Formats: sequence, C-alpha cells, structure tokens
Amino acid sequence: MNFDLAFKHWDLFAQGVWMTLHLTALSLFIGMMIAVPTAFAMLRGGIAGNVAHGYVYLFRGTPLIVQTYLLYYGLSQFEVIRDSWFWRPPSYLRKACVEDFLYWKICVSDFIPSLRSAWWCAVIAFSLNSGAYVAEILRGALKNTPKGELEAARAMGLTDKQVRKLIHLPSAIRRALPQYGNEVIFMLHGSSVASVITLQDILGTGRTINAKYYVAYEGFLSAAFLYLCITYILVFLFRAVERHYLKHLNIAEPSAKRGWFGRTVAVPAR
Amino acid sequence: MKNTDRILRIVAPLAVFGALAWLLAFGVGGYTASLLKGAAITLVLAVSSLVLATVLGLLGAWAKLGGGVILRSIANVYTIIIRGVPDLVMILLIYYGGQRSVNHVAVALGFEPFDVSPFLAGFFSIGIIYGAYLTETFRGAWLGIPRGQIDAGKALGLPPMLSFRKVLMPQLLRSVLTGYANVWQVLVKSTAVVSVIGLSDLVGLADKIGKSTREPFVFLVVVMLFYLVMTIVSERGFKWLEHRSDRWAA
Repeated sequence: MNFDLAFKHWDLFAQGVWMTLHLTALSLFIGMMIAVPTAFAMLRGGIAGNVAHGYVYLFRGTPLIVQTYLLYYGLSQFEVIRDSWFWRPPSYLRKACVEDFLYWKICVSDFIPSLRSAWWCAVIAFSLNSGAYVAEILRGALKNTPKGELEAARAMGLTDKQVRKLIHLPSAIRRALPQYGNEVIFMLHGSSVASVITLQDILGTGRTINAKYYVAYEGFLSAAFLYLCITYILVFLFRAVERHYLKHLNIAEPSAKRGWFGRTVAVPAR
Repeated sequence: MKNTDRILRIVAPLAVFGALAWLLAFGVGGYTASLLKGAAITLVLAVSSLVLATVLGLLGAWAKLGGGVILRSIANVYTIIIRGVPDLVMILLIYYGGQRSVNHVAVALGFEPFDVSPFLAGFFSIGIIYGAYLTETFRGAWLGIPRGQIDAGKALGLPPMLSFRKVLMPQLLRSVLTGYANVWQVLVKSTAVVSVIGLSDLVGLADKIGKSTREPFVFLVVVMLFYLVMTIVSERGFKWLEHRSDRWAA
C-alpha cells in the first residue's frame, strides 16, 4: 500500500473535508429550521400535526440514498420541473454577478436552489432527512418536559408564545442533546451519499484517487480515516457540551456502563 | 381529534400498502417481476446480514464482558473503528479492497483467484457494521440486569444453565428488544446503499430501469413505498414482540 498518494493529494482531501463539513453543517442547520415547527405541530395534533407526522414518517422510513436519487434523478422526469426556475435560474440572474468577491465569482443564481445541480439536490435531500429525524427527537423531548416547568412559566405570567420560546424549547433542546449528537454523526456519515451523485466530498475524493491510480485501498482507507477522526472530534465536542449543559440534570451515566466511546455513537433511536 | 388520529393510524399504512400494490400492478408496465425479484434480494440481504450482525454482536459483547485484556481490546477497537466510519465507505472498502485481499490470499495458497460478488460484500459489510452496534446493545442489556438476580438463582440451587435460561434470558430478551428493533430498522435502510457497488437489489434495479425507461420518478417512488412498508411491518412486529415479552413484567 502506498499512502504517499494520499499525502501527495492532501489538497484534494482538504477540499473533500471542507465539502463534507459544509454539506453536513448546512443540512443540519436547515434541518433544525424545519424540525422546530414540525415538532410543535406534531405535539399539537390537528391537520398540521398529521401532515407533520406524515412528513416525519416518510423521511425516517426510507433510506437517505433513495431520497437523494428521487430528487436528483427522479424529478428530471417531469417537463414542468425541467422548464421551471428550479431547474435553471433565468439568464439575467445567472449574469448578475460580483466578479471579485474575495476569491470567488458569485452570482445571484448561486443562491437559488437549482435541482439540476448535485450540490443543491444533496442539500435539499439531507436537510429534509435531518429535519425529520430532529423533529422526532425534539418531539420526544418536548413531550417529556415536566408539566410543572410549564405551569410555573405560565404562573409567572408568560404568554403561550413566550412559554414555548423561552421555556419549553430551550429545556427540550438541552435534554435532547445526547440524541442530537447521534443525529449529527448520522448526518456526517450520511453525507457520504453525496459522492454517489458525483460530489467531491471526502469519499468522492477517495474514489477519484482510487480511479485515477487504479488502486483499491488507499483512497477509501484515507477517507475512512478522515471520517473516523471527524466523528470522534464531534463525539468529544458533544461530550463537553453535554457536560456543561446537562450538569444540573445529573444524568451522566457511570463510565463503566458507557464504555470507551460509549453512548454518543449509536444508531439513531427510532 | 383523538378519533382522527386513530383513523389515520389505520388509514395511512393502508394507503401506503395500496399505493405500492397499485403501482406494482399497473404503474410499472412489465417490470413488476424484476422489481419483486429486487425486493426479494433486498430482504434476503437484510435478514442474512442481521444474522451475521447478531453473531458478531454476541461475540463482541462476550469479549467485552468476559474476555481477557486481549479479547477486550480487540472488541473495543472493532466497535470504535466501525462506528466512526460511514456504511458506504465500509461497503466500498470491503468490495474493492476485499476483492484484492481475497485474491492475494487465494493466489498465495495456490488457488485460482475468484470474484467477490456485490451480494457477499454487502452481506459482510452490513453484518460487520451492525455487529458493532449490536455489541453495545447486548453489552448494555447484560449490564442492566441486577447482579442480585444471578445470586438469587444460585441461592435457589439452580444449575448455572437453568438459571441462565429461566432467570436471565427472559430479562435479557426484554431489554435487548428495543435496541435490536432500532438496529434492524437502520440496517434495512442501509441495504439501499449496497446498490452503489452494482448489486441488483431493489434500489439498483429501480435506478437502472428508471434510467432506461426515462421514468425514474415512478420507479424510485416504488422503492420508497417498499421501504415504508418494511418499516411499518417491522414496527408493528416488534411492538407485538415487546408486548409479548412484557408478559412477566409487572
């Protein structure tokens, strides 16, 4: 085995790491924006609640790779979509550019999700997926909030909106932290699907190098190593955050039960 | 409102089943048989990898709980590495890397080099990946049983095997079940990724057929509905099992 290849192309791998992190972070952010209203809707029930339930069920019940395929390959079947803005932004937006923004050329059309680009398809699919998983996590945490906490808030004279925003959600997010850590790592690993639709993330770089030099191990092993490092850096970060924010809850598990790298990397609860 | 919820809980799964059946019967024009074959491959892959994962999980948990220093560290390294690497990377590594290694070994031993099929590679990678997760599930379940239960078995004069079977086993099963159901649900979805190395499972076939008929959307929707059906059925199945295993519990 010849790992000089990986070192020789460290710049490609650095770009891959950047793309993976960018993709993961962006999807998690948009996912969070989707998850909060979805979780509250599910808790409330009614028509919106049922729609929210359906959305969560659909995206948690099907594989991420199929969701990505459906967006990237599936939607091109329809002429309506191929003719729309979402396929290709109109030319005046594509031409409205700033030539030297730091190092890049940036156009207005870059900010319009285009279903023709692999990047946007990945972002949309991953965000919807992450939104569903996080919504389910949040719903559980919101539901398990002690009643007294909310009653106390109302007794203080807070309006319903204030209770939700200042008490219910922050308290639930704290208690959902361990599970959210799992979801972050699940998303990081899931983002490797992006390489299947030609994006050059960490795994994409590994595949490129394998194909270029006709080798079997080097690219994939380097990619695996990078994912491993990022995963455990995230695990340690979440440990630290949990230690800080969950101190008052006294729910730390004894380390004997948790094991070495324990709880934080587990399959996301269904 | 409670009533609409209840109706939806029955209607929604039925709608999913119905849509899948309708699409398979009328929507996919002549590809029904090959799609069903693909679905069968997906199912077989999922179930067989679950078996491998269970065996590896039991071995891993046993090594971590009862093994010496060497076994314990091997099991630790196994779970740490596997849980840090995405399933897709693992599958590609085992398929392409495994092919080379197998051939090296085969040639060194004087055999003809042979092909590792995508199915075998998928079976081994998914089994190995979820074996690591099950190791933790089994280990957690074992540690969750109060030591007093073992002592109580001894105090009653039960032989070790009988005590294991009658005292520990029911409790172990009960606490393992939730984690096991989790792993199964995630594992099923993982099988979709194996299509990347060219397995003609449901996803691979739907992708291929969709591209050649220029109707990818329809075929991918069939795949989605199939996975939804799998999720719904396993959810109900595991709920029933959990209910059953709770019989003795207060």
